[in-house]
Amino acid sequence: MTSSLSTADLEQLYDRLAEAMDAAGPEKTPLMLVKLALLAAERIGDAALFTSLIEDAGRDL
Amino acid sequence: MAATMHPPTAPQPRPSLYFPYRVHPAWTPGGTPAAPAARVAIVGAGPVGLTTALGLAAMGVRSVVLAAEQQVCEGSRAIVFTRRSLEILQQVGVSERVLARGLPWRCGNSFYRGQRVFRLEAPHDADERFQPMTNLQQQVLEDILLEAAAATGLVDVRWGNRVTGLQQGDRDAARLEVDTPAGPYELAAPWVVAADGARSVLRQQLGLRLEGEAYEGRFVIADIRIDLPLPTERLAFFDPAWNPGNTVLMHREPEGMWRIDYQLPPGESPEHALAPERLRERIDAHLASIGYGHLPWELDWSSVYSARTMTLPAYVHGRVLFAGDAAHLLPIFGVRGANTGFQDAQNLAWKLACVVRGLAPAALLDSYSDERVTAAREIIAESGRSTRFMTPPSPGFRLLRDAVLSLSLRHAFVRPLFHWRTSRAHQHVGSVLNTADDDDARFTGGPAHGVNAPNVALGDGRFLLDVLGLQFSLLWFGDTPAIPAALERAARALRDHDVPVRVIAVSIGAGRVDGADVTVPDPDGNVLRRYGAAPDATYLLRPDQHVCARWIDAPDTARLLAAVETALAGKPRVQP
Repeated sequence: MTSSLSTADLEQLYDRLAEAMDAAGPEKTPLMLVKLALLAAERIGDAALFTSLIEDAGRDL
Repeated sequence: MAATMHPPTAPQPRPSLYFPYRVHPAWTPGGTPAAPAARVAIVGAGPVGLTTALGLAAMGVRSVVLAAEQQVCEGSRAIVFTRRSLEILQQVGVSERVLARGLPWRCGNSFYRGQRVFRLEAPHDADERFQPMTNLQQQVLEDILLEAAAATGLVDVRWGNRVTGLQQGDRDAARLEVDTPAGPYELAAPWVVAADGARSVLRQQLGLRLEGEAYEGRFVIADIRIDLPLPTERLAFFDPAWNPGNTVLMHREPEGMWRIDYQLPPGESPEHALAPERLRERIDAHLASIGYGHLPWELDWSSVYSARTMTLPAYVHGRVLFAGDAAHLLPIFGVRGANTGFQDAQNLAWKLACVVRGLAPAALLDSYSDERVTAAREIIAESGRSTRFMTPPSPGFRLLRDAVLSLSLRHAFVRPLFHWRTSRAHQHVGSVLNTADDDDARFTGGPAHGVNAPNVALGDGRFLLDVLGLQFSLLWFGDTPAIPAALERAARALRDHDVPVRVIAVSIGAGRVDGADVTVPDPDGNVLRRYGAAPDATYLLRPDQHVCARWIDAPDTARLLAAVETALAGKPRVQP
């Protein structure tokens, strides 16, 4: 998969996501992230690809 | 003064706001004139035991039904019956009485934070006699089944007969130890149907273990009398403010009753949950949360339930045949308990009747076990999803469920996840009773091997399933004034060997067809289309209405007889 995200965009998302988690608070952060994951999965529209992303995210924890 | 023997005190009728319980006299050995000996003893007088008894009786087989108590079940218990269950109940002659008392419905709604986030309208069309669901309290259904059983003259219901032991050493019969108010006795029967429920004594006696999973989430089931201005639809409330993180379900019942199921906080004991003041407080809180806190209500019955997805790995153990909750425990979500049990009862009744009547070898009963264990495993796989949504088994599942709830307020794509997947008719696709070398694969439509016959409106208020009783059905589609000679010869040969069979001619020209037991006029070709048939097509249906063979053109006599033989697990050797 080729990245379509510029480093500048990635940096911006980095900040947005951090701020959104802080706004949700530690208790609601997992819920917010799972919602984000489901919204992203729906936009990606590719179950196999998203499954591989789940596997990627689970590595090196 | 010598001690005096007191007769045991008679049980009191159970209390109920709407159902007049009757205490039946206990059957005692020697105390009641003996009925003719039965070849089948059915342990348990619930819906599954009684439906099995009615199915056997419809095929001329006498049974003894052992009822541990002296009255029908306490509380409403199973309240939602599927279309397929009504079709089965029609075969044993009680569907009209069930419809006269029951409430039909087809829509379900899921709510989150006061918003309806999902609505399901189950399919229904003019070719169906029965609605997708019918609500009726179990004790009312049991009463209807008992009345029908008495009318057959072939069902000997013994109230107050509690089975305490089982011995299977003998060659020809199992021996049941039965306790009665006047002392124990022994009952020998060639076949024993274990329809004795979730806490089956026979399962324990045989040392059998259910395999599968038990979910931790517990639900209170409460029946209340209340005048709610709501239609007969399923209502599910997720994560209500009064019961955070948990689920509440509501169903309308007949007689002005409502069922409320609510999930308990983790770790709460059933005793704590069922304390009257706690029940009142929670039901008040729920009614207030949906805007009906001002309405008066009265509690009728309550119980505690937890979801399990478990089955015995085999339902035939020597001369003991397990059915219903004694054989498997299935989640209440999706109404899978009694509705699966009716399918067991129907499948078992015709096979057992054929074995008892000497028409089939005992191996036919192995197909009962194979088909229904397969069905239970399919149900377990299907119900796992909705059970995990209703009562998440781990933190991960809870997070996903909560994320879906939250998203459902604004995002339609998650809403189908609320679908609760109700009980359906199971298809015995790989059954050994299906004929391998027929034309099944050449049909481009219609019900295939193992599928239950679809209903079709016949245009005169009747439906096709009305004529598919508990016998083999030869369904022939034709436009000639008589059935083919080969079919007539096969039907005659089967009858000569006492095999119950009915020849049904679907008449495309709509005229009467000679040689058929029943002519079904089909001037508009509705039945023809629904069965993917052209003139001369022939279906062989088992007594439980499942397809076991079909041919593009009427088969010759030998092929037809061989298909019946296959459906009876190898016997009889009927010759034309």
